[in-house]
Amino acid sequence: MAGYKDFISGDEAVAIGAKLARPEVIAAYPITPQTIVVERLSDFVEDGSLDCQYLHVESEHSAIMAVLGSEAMGSRSFTATSSQGLLYMVEGLPYVSGSRFPVVMMNANRAIAVPWSIYNDHNDSMFCMNSGWIQMYVEDAQEALDMVIQAYKIGENPKVMLPVMINVDGFLLTHTYELVEIPDQAEVDSFLPPYVTDHRMDLNDFKSVCIGVGPEYHTEFRYRQYHDFKYAVDAIAEVDREYGDKFGRYYGGMVEKYRMEDAEVVLVTVGSITSTARTVVDSMREEGKKVGLLKLRYLRPFPDEAFIGLSDNIKAIGVLDKNMSYGYEGTVYTNVNSALARREKRMPSLNFIAGLGGRAISREDIEEMFNQLLEYKGEAEADRVRFINLNLKEVEE
Amino acid sequence: MIDVRWYGRGGQGAFTAARILGRIMSVYKGGYALAYPSFGPERRGAPVWSFTRISDSKILDRSNPPVSDYLIILDETLIDDETFKVLKEDGLVIINTAEPEKYSELKFRTVCINATKMAQEYLGRPITNVAMIGAFAAASGLFEIEDGEKVLEDTFAPKLFVKNAALLKASYESVKGGK
Repeated sequence: MAGYKDFISGDEAVAIGAKLARPEVIAAYPITPQTIVVERLSDFVEDGSLDCQYLHVESEHSAIMAVLGSEAMGSRSFTATSSQGLLYMVEGLPYVSGSRFPVVMMNANRAIAVPWSIYNDHNDSMFCMNSGWIQMYVEDAQEALDMVIQAYKIGENPKVMLPVMINVDGFLLTHTYELVEIPDQAEVDSFLPPYVTDHRMDLNDFKSVCIGVGPEYHTEFRYRQYHDFKYAVDAIAEVDREYGDKFGRYYGGMVEKYRMEDAEVVLVTVGSITSTARTVVDSMREEGKKVGLLKLRYLRPFPDEAFIGLSDNIKAIGVLDKNMSYGYEGTVYTNVNSALARREKRMPSLNFIAGLGGRAISREDIEEMFNQLLEYKGEAEADRVRFINLNLKEVEE
Repeated sequence: MIDVRWYGRGGQGAFTAARILGRIMSVYKGGYALAYPSFGPERRGAPVWSFTRISDSKILDRSNPPVSDYLIILDETLIDDETFKVLKEDGLVIINTAEPEKYSELKFRTVCINATKMAQEYLGRPITNVAMIGAFAAASGLFEIEDGEKVLEDTFAPKLFVKNAALLKASYESVKGGK
């Protein structure tokens, strides 16, 4: 396996991953903290190292509609955005997914206004959970690069045909430099061949690709979308395994379980916080505390089986949400509990809200979550949503 | 794991320095590194922290270090009562200053270098980050000056590389000789 190692940022890793996937069309509008992705990609197109149509659009709404159009011509397409930009795309997201065009988008996770903030949390992508897109979340720059390549292979699978949103924590990953292994182009080419589809506009083979239907077909159309996410579950597992065989990095498919053997309590994490949480698990294990970690790599499709199959020895499960669905609880927590409800034996759960709008999550914060889980006996359900590192004085004043 | 903190003003190259050190320790020394700036908007002249975390094995801990092993101050006008609280008790501080006697009472191991003067001399501009990397190489012994040169060659256009390589060597030797 030829390739090379470079010291690059998460944004640069995404741009290089996109370049290796050989998109034919890129349309994107710059926004902090995604900006470097579009800068690098436009550099690649300009210097000729990427043979691609780069569309300069005047907004994110145009960016998503432009890749809707290019995918309608059967062209592999890429876009990237963040936060308010993603929200401006919202109208286009179900256009793309309903049309069954396997666009790949990078979203640099950032808080949404108001309060306006450029810092990291997951409220932007969680807002779009119902948009019909596959949603993956990465832990580091290497995974970000690898997932761009995997995303096309998953989305373009003829049984799947769904768009993929790759979520990369703003600043924490996008602006952090680290050592990344960059695969050889020829190896990527053999893993990800050019996109060939008959699901496209063709003057010799007329079909409608951006469909409007009445009540007589709408339910059936939606059933296909619901149903085909099941193929995505299979494709995610297969593509990750194949990628691991070829490039030496296997990520565990939908979830990764870390030190879950004989664990008494488990913390569920999404995105870059998983790395620091691993080190906390290691330290607490040394102290004899039986703690484990479950890294959620995908939220759509949701890996419900991973929760239904959890050992009965686990006494409590915690979900770290860097987002909030106001009026209820953290979005990931709701999804996890929906899976847990299908278990025979009840499993008590807690929801930890942390890392909103760039608030740093320390090792001590994570240790605090594990300690609360170790003490939790399943009582006081009203107290299940717990804000970590909350300055109550500030709230009361 | 070694934590290095850089403290300067926007435009002085504190983050470039953090990145150069990370590249030296990972790409050329075969170890691992993370390099990141204090996150947020970038403004010329505003105080900027940046961080390099170095290890022999893959770095998983991405949390901010409460205290660091090394503190490198590119602009001494930023120093106040809080500045040294981010340094470990046995940590080492490198200060860009023309008046080293001001820092003789510090309770930390202290290295002073007039990086502004050296940068003016070699680059014609008061951009001190490369001089501070040279001082760090000499004070820490973590890498050879040749590894630093390789990264400068990756980072700068040929003309600027030659000037910066000379500055790196001179700053390294001034600290090495002063020991």
